[in-house]
Amino acid sequence: MNYWPLLGILIVVAGFALRLNPMLVVTVAALATGLLHGLDLAAVISTFGKAFNDNRIIEIVWIVLPVIGVLERFGLQQRAAAVIRRMKSATTGRILLFYMLYRQLSAAVGLQSTAGHPQMVRPLVAPMALAAAEREHGALDEATAERVKSFAAATDNVGLFFGEDIFLAIGSIVLIQQILMSDGYNLPPLQLALWAIPSAVAAFVVHGTRLLLLDRSLKGRAR
Amino acid sequence: MITIQWLYVLVGLMFAGFAAFNGLDRTNPKRLGNAAFWGLMALSMFAGDRIGDFGNGLLVLGLAGIAGFGLVGRGAAVVDTQEREARALRFGDRLFLPALIVPATALLGTLIYSYTPVGRLGWFEPKRETYILLALGVILALATIYAWLKPPALAPLQDGRRLMDSIGWAAVLPQALAALGAVFAAAGVGDIVGAAATSVIPHGSVFLTVAVFGIGMALFTMIMGNAFAAFPVMAAAIGIPVLIRGYGANPAAVGAVGMLAGFCGTLMTPMAANFNLVPAALLELRDQNAVVKVQVATALPLLLFNIMLIYLAGFQ
Repeated sequence: MNYWPLLGILIVVAGFALRLNPMLVVTVAALATGLLHGLDLAAVISTFGKAFNDNRIIEIVWIVLPVIGVLERFGLQQRAAAVIRRMKSATTGRILLFYMLYRQLSAAVGLQSTAGHPQMVRPLVAPMALAAAEREHGALDEATAERVKSFAAATDNVGLFFGEDIFLAIGSIVLIQQILMSDGYNLPPLQLALWAIPSAVAAFVVHGTRLLLLDRSLKGRAR
Repeated sequence: MITIQWLYVLVGLMFAGFAAFNGLDRTNPKRLGNAAFWGLMALSMFAGDRIGDFGNGLLVLGLAGIAGFGLVGRGAAVVDTQEREARALRFGDRLFLPALIVPATALLGTLIYSYTPVGRLGWFEPKRETYILLALGVILALATIYAWLKPPALAPLQDGRRLMDSIGWAAVLPQALAALGAVFAAAGVGDIVGAAATSVIPHGSVFLTVAVFGIGMALFTMIMGNAFAAFPVMAAAIGIPVLIRGYGANPAAVGAVGMLAGFCGTLMTPMAANFNLVPAALLELRDQNAVVKVQVATALPLLLFNIMLIYLAGFQ
């Protein structure tokens, strides 16, 4: 058996780990894999080109950008911020739990871009969580403040990752579909999206529990 | 019958519009690189089936070259936040409604088309109905926006371009990775690793194989900082040859839950800078790994959950 094509995997791993430009890494890995498999250069370029063309369907997910973009012109992000601001009088853990729910649900319907670290966590969620902690427990030491802010950022990530795959037309779902298709398994996107739901619920339970425990640990620290 | 080809033309028109706006954007020193990049993507959408495999190969090399040598970048976006704040107050939560038309059309349309006699009319290309309905949802949403908010005619294209510029070449990365996965499959990478994996993992140990797959997804993601890149590797190595073909696992479970196992890895690595290091900087944390450290205790139980989910529910 010819083991040399495995170097292609190594190129991907090393290239990403070394922070080289991913488009370049992927292209070099594809060319190397084909060459090591014994194809000549022209055949490798053709194979990669055909594979790229066969996967154009992945770009269809971007068709939603004009809708989101033009709604942002009319204040969609500001409206999303207003939704979060309604939680102003809650505890730190509950504010973050509510944000987690918003992040998961909005990502599940394709509104990932209404929230995120620069547009929501820094200006709104982290300050609200800090203010709530100070209101309930007095001034925070630096380590505690840092912990509250870290939880705010973590909540955004967990909510996004375990919400977005429920949306049918997200890059990862189409990528999964196309990879399985190249081995002859043709699945409808709805089926893949359904399989994301149990983990989304688990993420809400696991991270949500930790957020409520955060309230308790803040209380312990204040005494 | 509406086929996926119609959508390629639609997306091609959008990319061509992005290319044109970019080319004219004097605030962006990299406007020509952007215009060339999206111009090539538009060409791929319009004519991918006519320029031949080698032509497509050259097209990808062009995209990789433009992206890889730093010729893609953003211009200075002019955003009037005060104006938006005022509009947000005026329109209220109803602003979410046009955005919800898109998933509602895609989901309800797919369900109606798949489970009622409507599907037998044969309007849409089989297995592609969700994407076609997604595009239909976009058109309905835009029609609603034009009727209600009355934006300038080209505003959706212009604002879509603004969002696309903030994503940049990364928007094309999933497609390039899928193509890489296909090259892996053609070169027999899956067969090689699959054979090696089955010789190492005790034969018949389904649980161990699922665990290696899930943990492998998380580990590769942590090393590469990108679950999308880990997926073709692990799918070709273990997911498809061993779990699906060897043990008869449900392909949808292996694919979808496997990707989520990768996302658990994303939560645990500083390599995923956008998600973990950038927010630490934005929030002015002293420890740049503070976010990762908080996330580990969420990610590990979830990784276990995803492994158990494939093992317990993925073989029916």
